[in-house]
Amino acid sequence: MVADYAPLLLLFAIAIVIALVMVGGSWLLGPRRPTPAKQSSYECGITPVGSARERFPIHFYLTAMLFIIFDVEVAFLYPFFVILRELPAEVRTFAMGIVGVFTLLLIVGFLYEWKKGALDWEDPIERRRLQPTAEPNPQPALQPVSGEQ
Amino acid sequence: MAERLLFFLLALIVVSTAVGVVTNRNPVRSALLLVANFFSLALLYFLLSAQFLGVLQIIVYAGAIMVLFLFVIMLLNLGSPEPATFSEQGYRRPLAWLIALGMFALLVSQALVVAGTPPAQADPQVGTARTIGYALFTEWSFAVVVVGVLLTVGVIGSILLARRRSA
Amino acid sequence: MTLVDLGWALLRIAIMLGFLLGTLPLVIWLERRALAWFQCRVGPNRLGPFGLLQPMADAAKLFFKEEIVPANADRLIWALAPALSLFPALVAAATIPWGPNRLLTPVADVDIGLLYFLAMSSLAAYGVLLAGWSSNNKYSLLGGLRASAQVISYELGMGLALATAILASGSLRMTSIVEMQAEPLWGVVPFLHNWLIFTPWGLVGGALFFICMLAETNRAPFDLPEAESELVAGYQTEYSSMKFAAFFMGEYIAIIAICAIMTTCFLGGYLAPVNFSPIQTLAETQGGVFSVLATITVALMPPIWFLLKVFGLVFSFIWIRATLLRLRYDQLMNLGWRFLIPVGLVNLALLVVYIVFGWVPALVGYALVAGLYFATVGARRPPKRTVELVSQAQPYRPKEAHLG
Repeated sequence: MVADYAPLLLLFAIAIVIALVMVGGSWLLGPRRPTPAKQSSYECGITPVGSARERFPIHFYLTAMLFIIFDVEVAFLYPFFVILRELPAEVRTFAMGIVGVFTLLLIVGFLYEWKKGALDWEDPIERRRLQPTAEPNPQPALQPVSGEQ
Repeated sequence: MAERLLFFLLALIVVSTAVGVVTNRNPVRSALLLVANFFSLALLYFLLSAQFLGVLQIIVYAGAIMVLFLFVIMLLNLGSPEPATFSEQGYRRPLAWLIALGMFALLVSQALVVAGTPPAQADPQVGTARTIGYALFTEWSFAVVVVGVLLTVGVIGSILLARRRSA
Repeated sequence: MTLVDLGWALLRIAIMLGFLLGTLPLVIWLERRALAWFQCRVGPNRLGPFGLLQPMADAAKLFFKEEIVPANADRLIWALAPALSLFPALVAAATIPWGPNRLLTPVADVDIGLLYFLAMSSLAAYGVLLAGWSSNNKYSLLGGLRASAQVISYELGMGLALATAILASGSLRMTSIVEMQAEPLWGVVPFLHNWLIFTPWGLVGGALFFICMLAETNRAPFDLPEAESELVAGYQTEYSSMKFAAFFMGEYIAIIAICAIMTTCFLGGYLAPVNFSPIQTLAETQGGVFSVLATITVALMPPIWFLLKVFGLVFSFIWIRATLLRLRYDQLMNLGWRFLIPVGLVNLALLVVYIVFGWVPALVGYALVAGLYFATVGARRPPKRTVELVSQAQPYRPKEAHLG
């Protein structure tokens, strides 16, 4: 059993060596002539302004959070998918009921997330601007396409 | 023999990365060491023939939760290259040492109890997805439903926390 | 593990790495030549026959280039990030069977093979995220953030798409998934193989997986993390020399590995489209010419079929890159969360219906869902989107035609 996984360990070791050689190799092979201008961070040729380590939107954080939760939910379903074919008939109905309830909870969470706007990535101000208004738009040719809502 | 050697090697990695996580002053490096810790912990699970658990450990902990940790560290802008400074308040450090040493003593005492006995032989089928599937969806089905409720609460909670105040 | 086992393991690892690293320059060359062809250019054609040696020359050049370390970078993490992006790509293909015999079996034919791939590809988010953060460059940070949020979002869709293969075969083992597809087509057509993509659930799952594949590898039209028109080069902006090469390699090896997964799970792996087993029975009874044919079809052809399928998929990647426009970020996230995940869930539910109740209710279910979708969501769509200026534009005509 465990021996089946031994080649993977070997592969990990080889892959780590390859990856480190790729990363460390230029230290041996390439020239090193650093100048302050060369080392400054790239901002299209202009002197960099401030630091890049700014705070960023909470949306990324929320996405990661929701990803974890759904990842765990799906991970619970994998064993069910494996055994579904071979389950005896009487247990199968029961197991399907359990999975049905579980999936229903997943879907409830997902719909809540959808309706609460946790999946909206548009800028809220931009979104308001894109909403169709009652008064006719003076420039119909420039009206944004409303396929995405 | 080879298995035991492997165990000690992995245990060494697990322990040293764990120590690294707490001693490192740079939160991003700490998080990265925690990824390494989770990964080698998963390899230990494989060694115990709990392969399904091991692979989920990588998917969920190393692959998902740590990404969130990194996001949070970056979100709060904690990962600046200057090492973080902690306020040294009198009682905190001794208290931390006390708790850590107590836990360690507890672990050692438990390890000493089983030190002489030969290791138990695991059933090679115990960790397969099939065994776990049968266990989850027959015997422990109530727990599965409870976990489903818990995860749904998690979704709602995280959305409430992150909600825009204006919306 | 005995020494013999070790030897076999090393041999299989060599085959796998040989496949990944050997096709890598070919894929890079193919991409450059094919893109050139799509754009009516010539592409690299000087070095070696048809310019085949160009990727090697580029790599050799990169090795001897100076490495520029950005001054305010977190140097350790900055140096480790390319390795962190290369490592998952190198190991992700370890459970893929290249052919039916002992030599071409996966490096480790383990009973969680498919989840192993998901686990390794879930580690791919770190390389880009940490590269973006540690470079201390605004473009890098935005690129890294976009990349990791995109990768984790599409991982869910990918998991649901791959679950089709798990559910259809009842196993996580890659070789069982391929063997399942060796059955006669739909259980009735004896001389064809039942590739998963030929079933309704496989078709939906395969389409989902293909979309997720493009997003996971940050390819056009999902290449926002390195959108050169807005982010310079995204998370790679501050990388040069071999570290840039490592990112590049990791990206292309990941493409090859993920195409190999798609081939294995949905396109029948190393199986030919046609079942050659009658030739084998003929060879056993008649011998002669049939035994030669049987050797060719059984022993020689499987890895070639595999390669053909992988290259077909890689070519479709390039084709899509040459054809489609880049998505906006909100469109990308909407597609991942609001379309792929519901579709994947409904597809799995209908596959469960097929397994439990048979194919008639399942097909009725597919027809119902498709009808419902087109009646509700499809009907709300504006019929055709045309921008006025484009529709008014005249096709180019030579001057004489205007005058006349």
